Amino acid sequence: MRVRRPLLQVLWAVALLTTGARDAAAVLTIRITQGTEGAQPIAIVPFAVNGALPVDVAEVVAADLARTGRFAPIPESDLPARPAEASQVDFGDWRKLGTENLVVGRVRPEGSAYSVEFHLLDVFKGQQLAGYAIPARNDTLRRAAHKVADLIYEKLTGERGAFATRVAYVTESRGATGNRRYSLEVADSDGASPHTVLESGQPILSPAWSPDGRRIAYVSFEDGGSAVYVQDLASGRRERVASFEGINSAPAWSPDGTRLALTLSRDGNPDVYVLDIATRQLLRLTDNPAIDTEPNWAPDGGSLVFTSDRGGKPQIYRVASGGGAARRITFEGDYNARAVHSPDGKRVAMIHGARGSYRIGLLDLDTGAMRVLTETRLDESPSFSPNGSMVLYASGGRGGTLEAVSVDGRVRQRLSVSSGTVREPAWSPFLD
Amino acid sequence: MSARPWKPLLIASLLIPLAACQTVGTQDDEGIAVEDRAAGSSVSTSGLDDAGGRVRGIGGIGGAGGASGLAGSWRGKSVDDPTSPLSKRVIYFDYDSDEVRDEYRATLEAHAAYLSEKRAAATLEGNTDERGSREYNLGLGERRAQAVRRLMTAYGAGGNQLRAVSFGEEKPAADGGDESAWSLNRRVEIVYGSR
Repeated sequence: MRVRRPLLQVLWAVALLTTGARDAAAVLTIRITQGTEGAQPIAIVPFAVNGALPVDVAEVVAADLARTGRFAPIPESDLPARPAEASQVDFGDWRKLGTENLVVGRVRPEGSAYSVEFHLLDVFKGQQLAGYAIPARNDTLRRAAHKVADLIYEKLTGERGAFATRVAYVTESRGATGNRRYSLEVADSDGASPHTVLESGQPILSPAWSPDGRRIAYVSFEDGGSAVYVQDLASGRRERVASFEGINSAPAWSPDGTRLALTLSRDGNPDVYVLDIATRQLLRLTDNPAIDTEPNWAPDGGSLVFTSDRGGKPQIYRVASGGGAARRITFEGDYNARAVHSPDGKRVAMIHGARGSYRIGLLDLDTGAMRVLTETRLDESPSFSPNGSMVLYASGGRGGTLEAVSVDGRVRQRLSVSSGTVREPAWSPFLD
Repeated sequence: MSARPWKPLLIASLLIPLAACQTVGTQDDEGIAVEDRAAGSSVSTSGLDDAGGRVRGIGGIGGAGGASGLAGSWRGKSVDDPTSPLSKRVIYFDYDSDEVRDEYRATLEAHAAYLSEKRAAATLEGNTDERGSREYNLGLGERRAQAVRRLMTAYGAGGNQLRAVSFGEEKPAADGGDESAWSLNRRVEIVYGSR
């Protein structure tokens, strides 16, 4: 059952860290544009604290769960009591509320740090389903709250939560003199805590997370043409890893993090190469007069998919990671491009163009069936959440927003920035 | 809500963009941005950055618009003479095509002759409309620039006088999400003064 609830949902204007003069780290807000009927009610009691905390843990948890469209947190004012521990819960009170699940917890100071403790309780059985203590500091308290949400989500759905993850994206805005400014940003999965990785007067595209979540590869035009950089997020140090004559673009990490597949046209036209990051050795993976680009590794590292118009129109092909003959895998639609594997390797999301519209298609690799996931226009740059439940993508061309859709098509979210446009989303891997 | 997590990252984020800004904004020998060079070739002032790209894009449409759009920057060289075929410096393309339409052959022939006579250099900047994938469009833009390059070398320009660069869909001449904007964005711009 699907039900459209366009404006009804809560608007989470999430916390923004502005770094003084920097307005480029624009506010990313997330709004559910389509939820599912029968979202599961859940009571999340404000966590007990001594004094003031920089983060309202229960609020972050409730927002995370609500954003999935699968949970409906009960408003704080409707809660019959404020227990902080399982022993303080009178289950009778909560049964009357009609909610099956209850979360209670506290943030306990431990020196200059904290212990975030919570219990997930089954109200009808009067039992604890889960209980954890997560160590945190002031600057990781928000991350700890996302971990609480991850654990609750996993217990109740059987699927690993992806709230304690991050999202990279590119914004474009106009400066005071009307010139374009491009910014590569990284924010928490809920849009909070954005920070700028790179700011430039020239375009930035195709950010790609290393498998350990510590580095981002991207394409920058700051030197005139395209070049591929790898930047360490913690230190900010970066290296230019490809700046040959012609195109240097479309970086994709191998699952073991030692190699980058990328597109180079140094030998005449765009082909896919694999760069060994430590030795700088290049392996040419495709050799075809067509445009071969947008490589993406299968999670087992054994093969890659890529876009090629060798058949006349862009379609998706697969090639072994050691090279060899490429095999076409898309046959539906006259334009298929920018394919990415789902984390389990069973599906591939891509731009699917048919009859003049460009939407996100999901190809089942076992059956070969293509399903169109989106209803927006000019969709591009799909990226899976690390648990595979959502596909994040950019939509609307130059007036762009980010959109997210669950792989079953039931839940839709819109992520927009306060000023300028946003595009090129890339969801991080799990960061544990 | 107004916590400041990720302090190390934030500090890093403050440092890196500053370094990047310096690279991007200046016109020193190493960090020259293509747009700056382009603007510098037809406009004498510095500080014309991205706006220069847009002006050039519009200038190519109507022929005469090329020089007048640059607001008095014409200094009498033949490439800037509004009556010269050399004032046309934008070649437009059909969707997902790199075929140079016949109407542009005379223009390219004139540019090739000018290049070979003056020993000048030019960059061919390939661009696409916004539809489809950004990375594929980067390839398509290069293919368009190379198609123009091939024709110009066939008309007598030296291969080493011409450099093909692709911006894909990243530098549109016109904003807007319909064919009227897209048709202006599927283009190759001939930009003198590089190399």
